[in-house]
Amino acid sequence: MSKRTIIEKIFYNHSKEEIEPGGIIWINLDLVTARDFAGPNVVKNFNNYYKQKDLFNRSKTLFTFDLTVPPKTIQYANNQQICREFAREKGIKVFDIDQGIGTHTLIEKGLAHPGAIVVGTDSHMNILSAVNCFGQGMGDIDIAFGFRYGKTWFEVPETVKVLIKGNPKKYFSAKDLTLKILGVLKTDRALGKAIEFYGKTIEDLDISGRITLLSMITEMGGIVGFIPFTENTIMEIKKLNGLDGLPEEIRADENANYSEIIEIDVSDIEPMISMPPYPHNVKKISELEKRIKVDFGFIGSCTNGRIEDIEKVWEILRGKHIADGVRLAIVPSTKMVYRQVLERGMLNDLFNAGAIISNPGCGGCAQGHIGMTGKNEVMISTGNRNFPGKQGDGLNYLSSPEVVAYSVLNGFISSKEH
Amino acid sequence: MNEYIFKSRVWLITDDNGNLIPDVDTDQIFHNAHLYITDINEMWKYTFGNLEGWKDFPKKAENGDIIIAGKNFGSGSSRQQAVDCFKALGIKLIIAESFGAIYKRNAINSGFPIMISQNINDIMSQKKILNLQNISVDILKGELINLDTEEKINLTPFSKVQKDIYDKGILLNM
Repeated sequence: MSKRTIIEKIFYNHSKEEIEPGGIIWINLDLVTARDFAGPNVVKNFNNYYKQKDLFNRSKTLFTFDLTVPPKTIQYANNQQICREFAREKGIKVFDIDQGIGTHTLIEKGLAHPGAIVVGTDSHMNILSAVNCFGQGMGDIDIAFGFRYGKTWFEVPETVKVLIKGNPKKYFSAKDLTLKILGVLKTDRALGKAIEFYGKTIEDLDISGRITLLSMITEMGGIVGFIPFTENTIMEIKKLNGLDGLPEEIRADENANYSEIIEIDVSDIEPMISMPPYPHNVKKISELEKRIKVDFGFIGSCTNGRIEDIEKVWEILRGKHIADGVRLAIVPSTKMVYRQVLERGMLNDLFNAGAIISNPGCGGCAQGHIGMTGKNEVMISTGNRNFPGKQGDGLNYLSSPEVVAYSVLNGFISSKEH
Repeated sequence: MNEYIFKSRVWLITDDNGNLIPDVDTDQIFHNAHLYITDINEMWKYTFGNLEGWKDFPKKAENGDIIIAGKNFGSGSSRQQAVDCFKALGIKLIIAESFGAIYKRNAINSGFPIMISQNINDIMSQKKILNLQNISVDILKGELINLDTEEKINLTPFSKVQKDIYDKGILLNM
């Protein structure tokens, strides 16, 4: 039997065909989802091509609404209602506008689990690999086909092995580690590939940190990333989803075939920032040549919207107030996170520090409600993209929750030390 | 009958220095402000609406045109509109050094021809193709001919699944 990487093993368990990098195979899907963007077109495609036909499996198809929640225009409200009516007709589940980011909800509910393949109309679907599940973002045609047949074609990607080396002396966050790696891989070294990460620094990340890093595989041009579980990862997943038992993590075979092995030394890591207009334009904050004034801070997104992220902001901001003329928006990723913010008493402190706190969802990343800039405005965001126009007309810098917190406190881009 | 050979003028999606623009993302192709649009006939006018230097492309493009673009074209989101807007505009084919992974799927699944050419940068630096020259592309053979100079350039031909879906028009007919 040939030796397989993690993605090859997951594909092997879902396909009857031979698994060879570069080869195209058909795979069975464990869950097919759509959200409020693309969802209406999934419905349209389904009705145009498969009218009167059944879904492949009602318990394995669902909607998650997370982009404009509640809808900010009548058009978006109509689009969501198209999905709801289809869901009612077919008898499938909708995680509605109150629930927050779909991928995070799937992890919390245990719908994304180790070894599974889950697809959806979210380009950051690969976040699900935080629980060792292969998640793939897709367009509306792909998903309509998945709704009907529960399968899809896939070009088996090559796998790159990334060894994270060095013992960082200073404090750093998962986002700093993510940006450090992104700065090395940029968008070409892992383009179209799966990545397996190894090394103590990366394996020590908790689930929220893994979500941060693995969400940005998309910005590295990669398909999906995997980090081996530790005891702590397993306990965290159990605590999150409350399910009995835990399916075994998929691990690569020894001597599996990697297209490249890349070593990244992170011993000099410190607070990092991604400069507009590309996520991979990464710098150390200590290396910024001049002071960059900020107008708006954004905490949230599928990359940094967990309670652990908001807690760090709370620790920095409680008892203080953000700088004059600066705005700060905080968007918890899910209803569960929102409840934690409430129950741990953070809401009051964050409110008093001058923050705007909204209901859970994607926030400004897709021109949702919260976190848009006007021309000449400067945003510092925990999001994952800073392409022109992504979060408004202003310039957008990406960083960790800590850096956003210090920056809105000081009124310019800063970390604890700089 | 499906076309396997396209003959048309070509647009090189370049910056001010004449280099193919890398990493053109889906927000630059079809901005997220227009994502409520679900009717393909509405989409053409927003093509490249957020790509500096190319915002007037919908006015300049003609039915049948071919596009040559840089690496990682269509990175970013999963929006089908970023493929459909080109269809709506009458673009017949996009050739790039590489495509964003989801974009590649979306194009193939909607039966929209895309092709990869790993030596596209050499082609550009040696000026083997100039903007608005006429080219002919055989998608099954993977052969591009500059009709103005008669020079031949190799492309990666369609894969089997790509041809199967193209022949059926769309994945949903499979």
